[in-house]
Amino acid sequence: MNYFLTDDQKMIKDLAAQIAREKIAPIAAELDESGEFPWDVVKTLAQSDLFRVFVPSEYGGLGGGMFEMCLVVEELSRACSGIALAYAASGLGTIPIILFGNEEQKKKYLPRLAAGEILAAFGLTESGAGSDAAAIKTTAKPDGDSYVINGTKQWITNGGEASIYTVVALTDPVRGVRGSSTILVDKDHPGFTFGKKENKMGIRASATRELVFQDCRVPKTNLLAKEGMGFLVAMKTLDQSRPGVASQALGIAQGALDQAIRYSRERHQFGKPISAFQGIQFMLADMATQVEAARALTYAAARSIDAGEKDVSRLSAMAKVFASDTAMRVTTDAVQVLGGYGYMKEYPVEKMMRDAKITQIYEGTNQIQREVIALGLIKESVRNQK
Amino acid sequence: MKIFVCIKQVPDTTNVRINPETNTLVREGVQSIINPFDVYAIEEGVRLKEKHGGTVTVITMGPPQAAEALREAIGLGADNAYLVSDRAFAGADTLATAFALACAIRHLGGADIILMGRQAIDGDTGQVGPGVAENLDISHVTDIRKIEEIVDGRIVVERLLEEGYARIAARLPVVLTVVKEINTPRMPSLKGKLAAKKAEIPVLKASDIGADVERLGLNGSPTQVMKIFTPPKPGGGRKFTGEPADTVSALLSELTAAGITIKGAH
Ligand SMILES: Cc1cc2nc3c(=O)[nH]c(=O)nc-3n(C[C@H](O)[C@H](O)[C@H](O)COP(=O)(O)OP(=O)(O)OC[C@H]3O[C@@H](n4cnc5c(N)ncnc54)[C@H](O)[C@@H]3O)c2cc1C
Repeated sequence: MNYFLTDDQKMIKDLAAQIAREKIAPIAAELDESGEFPWDVVKTLAQSDLFRVFVPSEYGGLGGGMFEMCLVVEELSRACSGIALAYAASGLGTIPIILFGNEEQKKKYLPRLAAGEILAAFGLTESGAGSDAAAIKTTAKPDGDSYVINGTKQWITNGGEASIYTVVALTDPVRGVRGSSTILVDKDHPGFTFGKKENKMGIRASATRELVFQDCRVPKTNLLAKEGMGFLVAMKTLDQSRPGVASQALGIAQGALDQAIRYSRERHQFGKPISAFQGIQFMLADMATQVEAARALTYAAARSIDAGEKDVSRLSAMAKVFASDTAMRVTTDAVQVLGGYGYMKEYPVEKMMRDAKITQIYEGTNQIQREVIALGLIKESVRNQK
Repeated sequence: MKIFVCIKQVPDTTNVRINPETNTLVREGVQSIINPFDVYAIEEGVRLKEKHGGTVTVITMGPPQAAEALREAIGLGADNAYLVSDRAFAGADTLATAFALACAIRHLGGADIILMGRQAIDGDTGQVGPGVAENLDISHVTDIRKIEEIVDGRIVVERLLEEGYARIAARLPVVLTVVKEINTPRMPSLKGKLAAKKAEIPVLKASDIGADVERLGLNGSPTQVMKIFTPPKPGGGRKFTGEPADTVSALLSELTAAGITIKGAH
């Protein structure tokens, strides 16, 4: 299928694929077991300039957008989506700075993020505020030139490994969501510590930790956008980043499909390769069709964002839902194609099936995405009726 | 520091096939790559530059399409590249190749360090490195696994031996051929690839480098390839299996029967 990539986009995709093949695939199973954070791969990605692709060129980037980021995430995820997440989650933490940072904040953080010298993270979720993100309790009390942050963020990807955190907290708790703000917090700020690393079902090479704030004082210059805009910043950021999750899901699905096709040609039963059986062929055909459809939708969403389309929430949610549901189905079927071997850790598809699950959950569960899509449809219908 | 790296474009022999009738390489559909050992030489050159400053210049002698290998080298961090290419170079053996490369390096102002891979995977001779050094009348060390230090025009290197290594000091300028143990080549970078795409790769002809045509190409090559063939498998040979005590005495009596005596055996 021709997705009309430019020469530069092809170059980005090829380089990411080479790194996935040579540096990620060989260690994926080991890091899945140990849960070790993939710093070596992060260094390689940095040296290869892949952190630069979605950062504006004024700040050390190569001036691409979400589409370029998606191409990288997809290729890396074909080999290991847990390792790819170190890259993607740093992207998620970087987006609010690109979208809402002032000149000084951009100059301070973006060049180092683009160079891959440091990683970013995004902290919204709390124990009592998952899908209902508006229920956050973490406060950032204005005090002179500073904010004093108190509270705990839960399940933050790249927690403890990233150097810069975009944190959503209440600067005016009485006003609820309207009193929320987004604040940049450096890792070494006094009063900022991390909880234990979570022991997860999948994406085990990625680090998920609590962010614990106890009278953590950060200068007011670290405020992104304006006080009260915290929720808006978070929602706009997620609208942009969801094609990234879709690409992660897409990469996992493609990786599982690749494995299933190869195995079906090698495995013989009843005196034939199992790829000769229609039962297997139809499964492979459906898997491939779904993967290609997910790719088309994901690329369309990412390109619409980069083209500056105004309302991308719905398209972005559609890409995330469709690609992640596809990843879950395709990886489950890949395990089926490999039979008992697929269930064993000697083959990579059982890991892919475990890894796929998270893409239906984080950055807004697929139930919440469907709500976003439906609300968009209804609102539009009402608008058109007037 | 002026660092030169000499590279060669070779067929990717990991998927090469031999035509069983003609006993020659099937070249159709075979990708060309930078000779794998040369990639380590490029990496080492870039590391030297990062440490000591200077420029990394890559050169190759080859047909016009060898410019692709040079572009790839720029993507890996080299600053500039020259293609030494002319009909007059055609059919060169290692002697004529070394002469042409040495002329080109001299023409380009000479080098402090010239790096190469230990050998090319297609010819496997390992002669061009020392040949370039002889033509430039400078020293060379082959099979380098580590550059220890470069101080005041003196370089200390480790040369890989079958068992262990030798520590060798040499005066600059010097030709070094490297083994794979020397480093882990980095992945290409996007900035490098973008630079490679835009890079101008000047072509140096025989007349540009002031080389005596009698010493170039087929004219300058005493080597003559008579025939290329797959050597027949050595026949015979016997394997003694079983307990060591039995196999050793069986072997000894066999040797004795063949009229071979071994000192100390009884
Ligand atoms: C590995 C991992 C990494 C993460 N990384 C980050 C991160 O970097 N930053 C960050 O801020 N957060 C992160 N999260 C949090 C993630 O975004 C949340 O887990 C997610 O938003 C869902 O919230 P929850 O887990 O509290 O589920 P809940 O909100 O409790 O949902 C439970 C179930 O109820 C359903 N549900 C809830 N509300 C509705 C509704 N209105 N209608 C229908 N169904 C509903 C959900 O779809 C789900 O099926 C991460 C989570 C995990 C597991």
